Amino acid sequence: MSASPAADPGSAFGEEREHGSTAPSTGAVPGEPLVQVRDLVKHFPITQGIVFQRKIGAVQAVDGVSFEVKRGETLGIVGETGCGKSTTARLIMRLLEATSGEVRFDGQDITHLKGSRLKAVRREMQMIFQDPYSSLNPRKTVGSIIAEPFVVHGLERGKDQRKGAVQALMETVGLNPEHYNRYPHEFSGGQRQRIGVARALALKPKLLIADEPVSALDVSIQAQVLNLLRDMQRQFGLTLIFIAHDLSVMRYMCDRVAVMYLGKIVEIGAGDPLYAFPRHPYTGALLSAVPVADPSASPSERRLLSGDVPSPASPPSACRFHTRCPKAKERCSIDEPLLEDKGTGTQAACHYPLTREELVAMGVRFPAMNAPPADG
Amino acid sequence: MSAEEPLLRVEDLRVEFPTEDGIVHAVDGITYQVHRGRTLGIVGESGSGKTVASMTTLGLTRGQGAHVSGRILFEGRDLVALSDRELRAIRGNDIAMVFQDPLSSLHPFYRVGAQLVEAVRAHRDVSRSMARERAVELLGLVGIPDPSRRVDDYPHEFSGGMRQRAMIAMALANEPKLLIADEPTTALDVTVQAQILALMERLQRELGMAIVIITHDLGVIAEVADDVAVMYAGRIVETASAELIFSGPEHPYTWGLLKSIPTLDTPRERELVPIPGTPPSLINPPSGCHFHPRCPYAQPDHSIIDPFLEPAPGEPDHHVACLLAAEVRRRLWAQLRVGRTPAAALAEVGLPLAPPISDPSGLGGARA
Repeated sequence: MSASPAADPGSAFGEEREHGSTAPSTGAVPGEPLVQVRDLVKHFPITQGIVFQRKIGAVQAVDGVSFEVKRGETLGIVGETGCGKSTTARLIMRLLEATSGEVRFDGQDITHLKGSRLKAVRREMQMIFQDPYSSLNPRKTVGSIIAEPFVVHGLERGKDQRKGAVQALMETVGLNPEHYNRYPHEFSGGQRQRIGVARALALKPKLLIADEPVSALDVSIQAQVLNLLRDMQRQFGLTLIFIAHDLSVMRYMCDRVAVMYLGKIVEIGAGDPLYAFPRHPYTGALLSAVPVADPSASPSERRLLSGDVPSPASPPSACRFHTRCPKAKERCSIDEPLLEDKGTGTQAACHYPLTREELVAMGVRFPAMNAPPADG
Repeated sequence: MSAEEPLLRVEDLRVEFPTEDGIVHAVDGITYQVHRGRTLGIVGESGSGKTVASMTTLGLTRGQGAHVSGRILFEGRDLVALSDRELRAIRGNDIAMVFQDPLSSLHPFYRVGAQLVEAVRAHRDVSRSMARERAVELLGLVGIPDPSRRVDDYPHEFSGGMRQRAMIAMALANEPKLLIADEPTTALDVTVQAQILALMERLQRELGMAIVIITHDLGVIAEVADDVAVMYAGRIVETASAELIFSGPEHPYTWGLLKSIPTLDTPRERELVPIPGTPPSLINPPSGCHFHPRCPYAQPDHSIIDPFLEPAPGEPDHHVACLLAAEVRRRLWAQLRVGRTPAAALAEVGLPLAPPISDPSGLGGARA
């Protein structure tokens, strides 16, 4: 399974990307990916019995996922509930122990790190959570919430110094530094998410993982947080892993996108070719299901996926999508397709990838085809 | 729009909740109508009053000490004036509702079939076995495979999409004339959302009912709605056909909604234009136009004068509650639609910039 982004097809589209190129990360080896994930597997055991727990099965949340994230880029992971996107993020953060496989961060294998060495790596990676209401301690002031990473890692010692650092962070994310002593309930959802961003940036991490950072927010507020994340990425040269289920937000935010289905990556590639010419039938179905805010463009003959996502405790054999795939043939239930380059800019795991005619028939629009080519 | 009597006509509806902190003006004088066989989409953020307005239609705010004024005319009868008993005969029968969260709207202890039977027998004098047959038929109608077996499942044995189908089946049990769907797809994944929206469209075609769909997702509105009402802070700020709301919106809040979310073809290098600030408190809503503190185009007198929903010139079915002149609004939108920022659009039209929002965070504290 080679998900090598070395032949990053995005460059063919000449995307201009000022942000990230000036990453001030310390000791960075240019060209080397910041995060490398190899054959990552996470199975949660299903047990029976109270005293003598016998394992009777496993939820295969993540089952053999490989990808890389380059410095300064934004990788999106998209998929439906239960596809393993959040589990993947937690495995990278080492909030969960992998069943097998390997996570390399900044050239170092961190899969089995412990103690102080793990703590040192954790300084470099931070996470923003979906729900800004439950991810902030209601009994602490905003100042002490944002200062928490300093306390944990023994940085910015001294009361005044710490307060100054926290207030500078608040200013950076667009909060009023005078609100230092307020409690989370005094802030709105969008502001709370800014507090979460400030806390995540406190240690100047190299990697930021944002797990559905805007899905709990009101529509009019989402853009504020998306713009903030893009600003922060540019300003601090962050590498971003962005997890979402909203394909429009994904396209806007991410350089490359990985589509997950039932614990596996089914397609991965630069945003433009992936959205313009998705090859995996699941990617196509997702794109065709996005409601378009334009009544004249609503495809009348959209192809709907039938049924629901199967249980990850007993996933279908071989290609896991074959039970819902309109193109599935006998081979799909016997012979597992591997991620391979399909010649149109993405890697897809499919024996019978979509053709252009089929995409048109599905009502998938080709946004990249209409966009003027970016030069430079 | 046809001249025939609308199925539902809401006139100057106000709903207020007395609380310890003061009176919450949840719905502040709204007027709209729903025609037979058509779909009205109500868009708005949390706290805009869209859910309260619909729940009041069904009398579901009565137990909460709400003060309701105005009229809700359903086939000529004023629902506000009906007794609880008279209303109960309409609720679930002529008007049915589908809620956002299908897991908490189904009772976990009872089989799906039993809950459907209850819905049927609440309004029809039929035997248990006939009601059960109807339940199986309804589950089949909403596309649940093998309905005669699944009718005996418990809600937890259904997936999220199937639960929402079961909720829709329950709402359809008595062939309502009006279906109110409150964020019916918000809790669902995109592929399942597409299935549910297609299902609602198919059922509307087959059964000819009118639908009110409440959502914050403009994409969903574009897919299913014929007419759209945009709500902000308890008021309707714009109503129009779905085509017009997207092609020629005239209210700055509608512009804000359209421009602040990325779509599949938003160029990546373009900055999103967020609506500054946060939705206001409904206890002390802003004076004048409720949107003026967040509106980049607000003029000094907009904090004093209350705007009314007035027809846009030349578009009799398009109503806008905005104090800017229609001609100015159209020139502004012409600039915005090609990607200009609000400031650039104002300069082009020759209007002064609205004073910046006082809070330096640009977000306004949550101080009431």
